[in-house]
Amino acid sequence: MKKILIQNANIICAKNIINKKADLLIEEDKIKLIDINIKCDDADIIDAEGLTLTPGFVDMHCHLREPGFEYKENIFTGSRAAAKGGFTSIACMANTNPVNDNPAVTVSIVETAKTDSVVNIYPIGAITKNLEGKELVEMGMMKDTGCVAFSDDGKGVSSSKMMYNALQYASQFDLPIISHCEDKLAEGGCINEGIMSTKLGMPGINRAAEEIMVFREVSLAEALNTKVHIAHISTKGSTEIIRNAKKRGVKVTCETCPHYIAGTEQMTEDYDTSTKVNPPLRTEDDRSAIIKGLADGTIDAIATDHAPHHIDDKLVEYQLAAMGISGFETAFSLCYTYLVDTGIIKLEKLIELMCVNPSKILNITSGTLSIGEKADVVLIDEKAKHKVDVQSFVSKGKNNPFDGWDITGRIQMTLVNGKIVYKA
Amino acid sequence: MQRKDLLGLKDVSQEEILSILQTASQMKQILKSGNKKTPHLQGKSVVTLFYENSTRTRVSFDLACKYLSASSSNVSASSSSVSKGETLLDTARTLDRMEVDILIMRHPMAGAPHLMAKHVKAGVINAGDGMHEHPTQSLLDMMTIKEKFNSLDGLKIAIAGDILHSRVARSNIYGMTTMGAEVHIAAPKTMLPYGIEELGAKVHRNVDDAVVGANVIMGLRIQKERQSAGLFPSIREYHKYFGIDENRVELADKDVMIMHPGPVNRGAELNSMVMDMDRCVIDEQVTNGVAIRMALLFMMTRPHNN
Repeated sequence: MKKILIQNANIICAKNIINKKADLLIEEDKIKLIDINIKCDDADIIDAEGLTLTPGFVDMHCHLREPGFEYKENIFTGSRAAAKGGFTSIACMANTNPVNDNPAVTVSIVETAKTDSVVNIYPIGAITKNLEGKELVEMGMMKDTGCVAFSDDGKGVSSSKMMYNALQYASQFDLPIISHCEDKLAEGGCINEGIMSTKLGMPGINRAAEEIMVFREVSLAEALNTKVHIAHISTKGSTEIIRNAKKRGVKVTCETCPHYIAGTEQMTEDYDTSTKVNPPLRTEDDRSAIIKGLADGTIDAIATDHAPHHIDDKLVEYQLAAMGISGFETAFSLCYTYLVDTGIIKLEKLIELMCVNPSKILNITSGTLSIGEKADVVLIDEKAKHKVDVQSFVSKGKNNPFDGWDITGRIQMTLVNGKIVYKA
Repeated sequence: MQRKDLLGLKDVSQEEILSILQTASQMKQILKSGNKKTPHLQGKSVVTLFYENSTRTRVSFDLACKYLSASSSNVSASSSSVSKGETLLDTARTLDRMEVDILIMRHPMAGAPHLMAKHVKAGVINAGDGMHEHPTQSLLDMMTIKEKFNSLDGLKIAIAGDILHSRVARSNIYGMTTMGAEVHIAAPKTMLPYGIEELGAKVHRNVDDAVVGANVIMGLRIQKERQSAGLFPSIREYHKYFGIDENRVELADKDVMIMHPGPVNRGAELNSMVMDMDRCVIDEQVTNGVAIRMALLFMMTRPHNN
């Protein structure tokens, strides 16, 4: 039986509240023991002196591009990029080609993941067929084949009636609806409507385009007494709407992304298309509100919205460029640098945001260090300072606007099901 | 002039603008002389690459090339994202390898000339990019103003109309404030971009306030399709509240100069009475446009310029 003994790690675990230097023994694919000075003669030893051990991260929102857009990314490269970023479980959005809107596509993703992926992959199905907002997908059958949630991410559901139906129907199968909040007001826009859209002369996306839909989802969830999860919130207003809704007991959860924590619209200055993302990078005021929302529990999770693109989709006029940031490989370090290193939250809280809560929302068994559970763990060097270098990305997508930035905190090793899948 | 490209006036100094205007007045003499053929650009090659329709800007650049003996070619291209067979950069690289010295580019999307300039060795002149900048238009406007007032310093310049979509407005706000003028703007709220005052303009609620005591009044072209997009209800309402008529001209300084980048929708931005006033210098702007473009082409192809 294969055994791995990780010694002398500073073990951080939000569930069991272990927070001291200890050893962790993995037997086969499971966590066997967490204790001080574990003795085990037949185990492979990993000396984790000076490193921090946490549950592997859970990304509840990414794009792996397979099937259909393998030139941008595929499950093989995407899963390795995720592993490099410390993620052990990832949930991939449905806007592939064909769209993951029927059980056959879900099966193909699950089967490809078995052979090609080094991390656990959980498909998210579309809410509506072909993301057209007209007819519901077969949620029950797609759940049976492996979908853990439903989302028309990338487009959003414009009809309130359709969302009203989707929330109710999904609740029957106890699966979350993840809403990409974007009203038609955003049409034609490519950066935040504000001083940068004025200076650069580009059509803007007003914050209201996001907030109108956040408001709508909150109203629907409240009226129907169902759950709803809001994807990638980026504005102060969205944070406030959700904070107030939670106070009233509305079953709403939400996520934000590392780029809204670390970046602002100022980064668009040189028409650098790697800054083009949806929703757009906002203002400093929004950035601080997002951080506050993370600290006070308004925002439940941090998801990457990893959206890799080929250079051909980005090396064009800004308005024509594809939206999205290749984010797996910078997610943790950006969050660590801007949230933990700054003293705003503790690492334990970041683990809650990146592991515990996303697992809960998706209702998957990941994100904690529990004896007898799958050994999905990550070793972090909290002190390591380094520079983002997109050329060293494992992901096919090199589109990341933080290229060249100095960041702190580095993933040293990632283990999925007791197997080392990434080593720095 | 030490620059490879002219992409906008945002970061162009007063000194540099003055030297362009000065060279342009020399060029204007050539333009006004009987013999409009000089060897200034002999042996140089210029291409105009227009992704958007244009008559006056294109002809203006083209004639500027011809008057200065440059070899020039005009390329019309389509910018639609899907139907386009070739990327902007591939087109740019192709032209670059034909040893073009100056690429003049107009594009409906902001930042397109900036993208191109980064990837070609030719100098790039922005002939208008989306809603961003149109530096040569602003230079010719400033030349026209300077000819009459001798300097822009301390002048009150009112710009009225669709500021949101106007690259002319942005370049003029940058350029004219750099030259010491005060730029006052008025626009329908639906066509007033967020935070425009941060660029240096003073924003007024109505056109009357903007034009009071103005030395220059500039109308901006209103595209009729803005009406179907819901940005204004009708031409007659637009003209009543945001157009320039003789009553508004009365509010300005008695020596006020009336300008417009053209082409004008008579009865919308300006009425015919205003257009036919002696103080309306639209025709002079057109002439100066050629002079400015001659000056830039000359200055940007000098050996010491790199």
